[in-house]
Formats: sequence, structure tokens, C-alpha cells
Amino acid sequence: MIITILQLYPRDMNIYGDNGNVQVLRRRLEWYGYTPKVIEYNVGDTLPKQPDIIIGGGGQDSGQEKIHADLLKIGPTLKQWADDGVPMLMVCGLYQLFGHSFKTLNNLVLEGISILDVTTYGTNERLIGNIVTQSDSFGEIIGYENHSGQTFLGPNAQPFAIVVRGAGNNSKDGHEGALYKNVIGTYLHGSILPKNPKVADFLIKTAAKRRYGSFSPDLIDDMFADLARQVARERPR
Amino acid sequence: MPQSLTIVLGKAIRYAARLRGGGSALPGLFVERISPRFVPDTLAQLPHGVVVISGTNGKTTTTKMVVSLLESQGLRVFTNRTGSNFVRGVAAALLGEIDIKGNLPADIAVLELDEAHAVKFVEVIPPRYSLLLNVMRDQLDRFGEIDSTARMLEKVALATTDTVVMNREDARVRRIADKLPKTTNVRFFGLSDKLLSHFPNDDDLHGPLKKTPADKRPAAEVVLKDFNEKGAAFTIAKKDFVTPLKLKGVYNIYNSAAALTLVRTIAPEASMNSLLRALSTVTPAFGRGETITVAGQPLELVLVKNPAGFRLSLESFNPEGYATMIAINDNYADGRDMSWLWDVDFTSLSSSIYVTGIRAYDMALRLQYDEVSIEKVETELAAALTDFIQKHPDTPKRIYCTYTAMLALRKELGKITQVEVVS
Repeated sequence: MIITILQLYPRDMNIYGDNGNVQVLRRRLEWYGYTPKVIEYNVGDTLPKQPDIIIGGGGQDSGQEKIHADLLKIGPTLKQWADDGVPMLMVCGLYQLFGHSFKTLNNLVLEGISILDVTTYGTNERLIGNIVTQSDSFGEIIGYENHSGQTFLGPNAQPFAIVVRGAGNNSKDGHEGALYKNVIGTYLHGSILPKNPKVADFLIKTAAKRRYGSFSPDLIDDMFADLARQVARERPR
Repeated sequence: MPQSLTIVLGKAIRYAARLRGGGSALPGLFVERISPRFVPDTLAQLPHGVVVISGTNGKTTTTKMVVSLLESQGLRVFTNRTGSNFVRGVAAALLGEIDIKGNLPADIAVLELDEAHAVKFVEVIPPRYSLLLNVMRDQLDRFGEIDSTARMLEKVALATTDTVVMNREDARVRRIADKLPKTTNVRFFGLSDKLLSHFPNDDDLHGPLKKTPADKRPAAEVVLKDFNEKGAAFTIAKKDFVTPLKLKGVYNIYNSAAALTLVRTIAPEASMNSLLRALSTVTPAFGRGETITVAGQPLELVLVKNPAGFRLSLESFNPEGYATMIAINDNYADGRDMSWLWDVDFTSLSSSIYVTGIRAYDMALRLQYDEVSIEKVETELAAALTDFIQKHPDTPKRIYCTYTAMLALRKELGKITQVEVVS
């Protein structure tokens, strides 16, 4: 049973260990008895027909500029997949571009693909450090944030989680990330999936059910993840 | 306050701080506050000026090489050996060397400074020479992004009055050359095409390698042509040279090309034979592949700070026949974000790994996903070290450690065996 993971722009948007998210999905799928197939999509490549999980990471400002035109080109296809319920995880830079726009400090507007009802504004303030959030669906989520763009939810967006410690989307409203159907946008890295296996399993379960109609996993020993979470929760910001 | 009084008091504080086993920050801070011109005025005396060595990886070992090479040419060198690389660290080091009248018995200063401190330093003291090693993902929580780190090195290059020596194979460093005025000399060190794949940078983490072929890169003064466990081959001004080396690790060996390029710039009359002879005797800097003997067995400390450095270290050292420990801390000096561990491939580690440090469980989690077996996890460094040594009495040992873990482990090792005191 093959599950296809589409990794968006690994060449230009890979900062902050986002590759760790793909490694976690790949291994957990194997441990659950599936055959993971990772397809890397870079600028100018051809999109696969029916990916099961889509994942994307953060980048430098220069990385965002490199992929921007290409992302706008594939945006409608990604939007269709999001509407169909394909599970996606977009971290930091691609989270921002999955929104309506990113307005930089120099009043440049990077148009996004509007899958998430969010807008991001560049600032001089870097929101940085360990972060703990609480989500209705996943419980406590622990990670690390490092961004100077501040993101605000529109009326049709739901936050991914509420900040317990740290900043999250911005320095004002206590929201972290955004949700639309099975699309998760978030600022958390660290990487997010290793220390938050519930989020990884949500992506896997959603993908497996859509593809094969059911998901009945073996148990994975997440002891190290639990212990790493305990330590991370107590570390200075 | 008169300069001489500053020096006397500063020296006294330095002596007292050392009696307490403390570091270099306090006496340096004192001098910085009381007499802000102390460091620039003292360094301005030097006939060959100031050399700044900066970049993400390899500063300490490269500085050690440059100092040895310059000393082999009869120059008296002032340097900040502790790797305490703040302006006040330099001030503290100066206090140890100068006489009461403020005379520094040296011909040249060679200072390793991290990128952010280098920028502040060169604003006060423009260096005559600078050496820019590389820009890698390191302590991003401090510097923001790699591109902004590169801009810091650019400022160092712009402040340099004579010659900037730079790494031809790091695109972010190489691009700085285009920003410099024509009056600044630029010299490159580089790799042969054959070796390029040994040195992936952060842009090569994913997707195919996109290296610029040799004919499109600028000419390099010193090219590392090849190397093995015993030594290295260089091409220097179209001639080939071979030398044995005591240094370990591919990145250290590459940085020896950096040191040779810099020293040939400062001392153009130096003979290659004398330089290579000096280079062959340089041993690894403390904690950078340094070997300490514990209970009759060698124990190597390998500092790891970022994904590229960790990957190069794993590639440099064969795990066969060694007991391996990994010690990961997340103090400020280590970087607080654990993301970087996920950009290192650990599958080459064949034996069971002992894991320690504040973030030991993050490391264990990383190894779990690479299906590397774990001997034990013990977050307390001292307890882990004792246990690790007792469990492997007859085996050489190697510990990969982050910066503050390395300092703590050296301190513990100092209680049970001979460890060189670095001050």
C-alpha cells in the first residue's frame, strides 16, 4: 500500500530542519506497514497526479522569491486538492504564502495562493524561541518559532492552536497557525512532527483513509518523543 | 583613568578571576568600560596589523594553524586562544600579554571572532587582513538567517584595509568579492573538482548538487587537491605539494588551505617547505577532534555546532572500533532550536550510541527515526561520562558534543585525567 508524500520546494524552502517532517512521515508510514513514496517538487517540475500528503517548509526571503512565481502557477491545483481534503502541513514560509499575501516592510506585496484565510506583514521584530501551544484536536503542541512576518487570521480561518507560551502568529492575539479542512499552516519547527506524533498521525490517518478507506495502525513506541516534549516544555524561551 | 592604572587593575582582576576558575569576561568587561580605547590603541602598535578570522565552522582550528604558520616565519603573534571571541575576550587576552606600560610584545594579532562580534570589532578596529571561512546554518536564533550572516561577513570584508582571503567554494562567501572596492585585494582558497562533493553546504541539503564547475570559479591561490587519513596534497601557484598532517576531519584539512593562503599573503617571502613543515605539526584545537587519554584509552572530543559541520564530522571519523557518545545541549551558546539535528543523517553510525546532554531525548528521538540503536540516555553529562567510560574500558571513545557540552565534559575529564588547560 503506497502513500505518496509530495514535498514542495525542498531545494529552496528547507531551512529549520523541515526535512525532519518528511523523515518522520516516511518512517511512521513504514512502521505502520505502508510503502512511503516521497516526490520532491522544485521550481519548474511537473506535479504528480494524486499526492496523498503535501508538505512544505520555511525558507530565506531569497528562497521565497525564487519559488513565488512557480507557486502561483500551481496554486489552483493545490487549492483544488485542499478543497478535496488532501492533508497538508505548511510550515513558516510556505504557511505565509498559502495565505492571501505577505506585505514586506518595504511595502512589497508577495501574493499568496489563498488556501488559508490569513495575511502576513513583515516586521522588524523577530518572534523567536521555544513555543508551547494548545490545540482542540491535538492537545499540547511543542516546537520552536523563528519568524519576523506576523500573520493575522481572516474571518474564515481557524487557528491551529492557542499559544500557551511564546508568540505564535503575531505578538498580539495568541493564535498559532491556521486550519482549512485538512490543511495545517503553522510557524512551528523543531521539527514539528517528531515531537508531535499526533499531528504526524493525523496526516497519515487522513491520507490512508482517503486512499484505502481505513487506517488500523500498529502501536509505535513514542517514549522518546514524550520525554523530549517534557524537556522542551521547561526550557527557556 | 590613566592607561597604566587600567592595565594594573585589569591584570589584577584577571588574576583574581582565574584563581576562582572563572573565565575571561569579567576583566575584559572592566577594561572595556573603563578604557574603551584600550584594545584599539594597543593593537594599533602592531607592525603587521590585525587579522580577523570569521565564519561559521573551523575558526578555532584555522586560527591555531595561522598562528603556527606565522610563528614558523619568526613573527611574534598575539591571539585569543580560548575562542572567547568577544571584544572583551580580546581585551582580557591582551591584559595577559602586555606589560604595565601597555607594550604588546607581538608583530601581528590573529583573532577569531564570530560573525556578529566580528562586525562590532571591525567598526572599532579595521583589520589589515580578514579570512572568511564559510556561512552555514548555525545558531539561527541569534543571527536570523544565513543570508544575514553572510551580510555580516560582507561588513568585515568591507572594513578590511589590505587583503580579504575567502572560500571560493561557498557561494555566499564568494559573492562578497563582487561587493568590494577595487582597492581591496581578494585571494581565494579552493577545492579540486574531485573533492567538491565532500563539502556539501546548506544549499546542497536537498536536491541535486549544483556546483559551479572549476572553469567558472575564480582562480584560487591554494587548492586542496586530495587528502587521506595521513595527509593532504595541495596545488599552490600551479605546483603540487604533499604534506603529512596531524589534524583530523575533512573541514580542518580544507581550512589548512585557508591558513596557507592567508599566511602566504602576509609573509610572501615564506618558503613552501617551511610552511608545510609547520602545518604538519599542528594538532587539533581543544574540543575539535582533540584526543584525551582516559584510563589508557584515547577519547576524542568532536565539537558539532550545525548540520553541515555534524555531517562532515560523521564523514570524517570512522565509527568502527569506537564507542560513541553524542552530547547535545541547548544553552544560548549552543543554539536553542533543535531543528538542526533533523538535517544530519546519522545512518552511518553502526554501533549503539550513548546519548547525553540537556536535549538528550531530542537526540534519541532523532536516532530512533534513523533506526540507529541507543545504548542509553542519561541527560546529566557528568553521570553519563563516568558511566560511558566504565562501560567501555577497553575501547577507544569518541564524543560528538555541542559547545557547552564540550566545555562541561572537558571540565569533568580534567578531574580524572590530564587535560590541557586552555586560557
